[in-house]
Amino acid sequence: MSTPTTLFEKVWSDHVVVEETADTPAVFYIDLHIIHEVTTPQAFAVLRENKLRVRRPDLTLPTLDHSTPTTPVSTFKDLLVAGEGAAKQVQQMEQNCEEFGLDLLGYGSGRRGIVHVIGPELGATQPGKTIVCGDSHTSTHGAFGALAFGIGTTEVGHVLATQCLLQRKPKTLAINIEGQLPSGVSAKDVILAVIGEIGVDGGTGHVIEYRGDAITALDMEARMTICNMSIEAGARAGMIAPDETTFAYLEGRERSPKGADWDVAVERWRELRTDDGASFDKTVTINANELTPMVTFGTNPGMVVGVEDAVPESDDASFRKALDYMQVESGRPMTENAVDVVFVGSCTNGRISDIAEAARVLEGRKIADGVRMLVVPGSELVKAEAEARGLDKIIVAAGAEWREAGCSMCIGMNGDIAQPGQLTVSTSNRNFEGRQGVGARTVLASPATAAASAIAGRVADPRIYS
Amino acid sequence: MKPVTRIRSRTVVLPTRDIDTDQIIAARFLTTTSRAGLGKHAFYDLRFNKDGTENPDFVLNKPEASGCGVLVAGNNFGCGSSREHAPWALLDYGFEAIISTEIADIFRNNALKNGLVAIVVDEESHQWFLDNPGVELTIDIETMTITAGDGRATAFSLDGFARHCLIEGVDQLGFLQQQQDAINRFEENRSWKP
Repeated sequence: MSTPTTLFEKVWSDHVVVEETADTPAVFYIDLHIIHEVTTPQAFAVLRENKLRVRRPDLTLPTLDHSTPTTPVSTFKDLLVAGEGAAKQVQQMEQNCEEFGLDLLGYGSGRRGIVHVIGPELGATQPGKTIVCGDSHTSTHGAFGALAFGIGTTEVGHVLATQCLLQRKPKTLAINIEGQLPSGVSAKDVILAVIGEIGVDGGTGHVIEYRGDAITALDMEARMTICNMSIEAGARAGMIAPDETTFAYLEGRERSPKGADWDVAVERWRELRTDDGASFDKTVTINANELTPMVTFGTNPGMVVGVEDAVPESDDASFRKALDYMQVESGRPMTENAVDVVFVGSCTNGRISDIAEAARVLEGRKIADGVRMLVVPGSELVKAEAEARGLDKIIVAAGAEWREAGCSMCIGMNGDIAQPGQLTVSTSNRNFEGRQGVGARTVLASPATAAASAIAGRVADPRIYS
Repeated sequence: MKPVTRIRSRTVVLPTRDIDTDQIIAARFLTTTSRAGLGKHAFYDLRFNKDGTENPDFVLNKPEASGCGVLVAGNNFGCGSSREHAPWALLDYGFEAIISTEIADIFRNNALKNGLVAIVVDEESHQWFLDNPGVELTIDIETMTITAGDGRATAFSLDGFARHCLIEGVDQLGFLQQQQDAINRFEENRSWKP
């Protein structure tokens, strides 16, 4: 009998072109390369300088998301909402795709959206694939049992030119979420609790596999939320073994295998799980039954607390600096803090179930006076589906803004920002200093917590609506 | 990439933990299609007040920080976004090496590919570097040793390939292109096609 192996090891070994040695890393094959306008211009420039072509345009999925405005765009002038540099990046991306023969899912495609939203919804993200993108939240695609991780621009150039990367094999970390999530506690709360437990560097050098009853009970969009924030614990990637939930999600999607190919693919995908007796370099177990809605109080995603719990105390200088920036006090719950802006969207929580969850809480209610709430669909397809379900009408009736697809307030480079000192409850992934605008303060939370906070005008526990 | 074999410079100390790449270079400065000239944006929101004036209290603005090429940073430096603009900005600002007890994976990868030497040292040595800002160091990539002016030596490790690429100035794209035959064979022989 062969040695038991983990899910990660199976996908890893299936993509090694040349084995690593002490002197050289492995040459590692990439099945899907998603690209966007912000982290690729310098890579295309290198291709041009070296007179190279894109090796596999068919395995390259380009779109526009980071520096695109979330107001309607039909002319170049409309792009200037995000600033001249941002508009030029979009234009450059269109030119690069044209020049290198890439099929851009841009304006007019009806398929444009956040890199980590469109891959799965088109069925391009599949179990057992290796997926990279010049964006650290590429870990999202691991929800399908793919090995997916973020890369820098130099490496984007490597993949464009050779479809390969030079990689050292990472270590493995099992995170078991045992038990059952209480009512009103979401995937976002789970991953915030995980990062709070292991720390923002707890996964450095590792690929996480999320396991346990509470994980297998989640739908695909919730699994994506979990894997998305693996990088916030420092991990290279996060993975979940594919199962019937995964196959049901993928069946019939635009780029999923069809007919006999589908059956063959599912048979292969069923093998993608960690064997009994396989070992991980590290294991962490968390009891789902004890989890509550979580919010961040500091300036990294590991500074997290239950929504009703008191902000902890510490004499550590970095900790104090974070609390000063956030203007929050140890010993007091986050629910005492008034909210200026609420953002629902991003590759963490910008999918249809997230929009629907926010709409469920908002339905028949009004957001508090003085609060600005942006609801931003993760893709044009999410937007169309939300509108077909009438969710946009509920959101607008509550007093929130319903926007075009894009990264929006997750990353302050497209015109959507908070003002200095403003407190934003955000369903995105990073509460770093200045992430949502110079001096802006960010509280990370689930879509339900964000919507409940918009109604209350302060950070609020969403469980009263469950 | 220019070969890097030895760095000789003074240190500047930024002891804060978990300095993310958004702090190194904020997203609003990423709306560029070039990698040049990003140094002016490095640590911008720490270097400058909201009204655009220089923050005299920030360590990089102190006179003694001028010309320091080695940044000693708190644990988990470079976490967060994969933006390669972060090492580009640090290099353009004048840094040649970063020393910490932990450096985030993607940042470290990006840094080394651009000749910015990302060095992880043990906690005791790190504490000494934190306690001795401005000390002159010699960093030898070949022997993987940091030597301070008083002779104090600290060993560090670097991936063998990364070290080779630094010393020889190897362009990793060129190395990968030499693997074309193996890549062709892999594509032809796989049991399934993506």
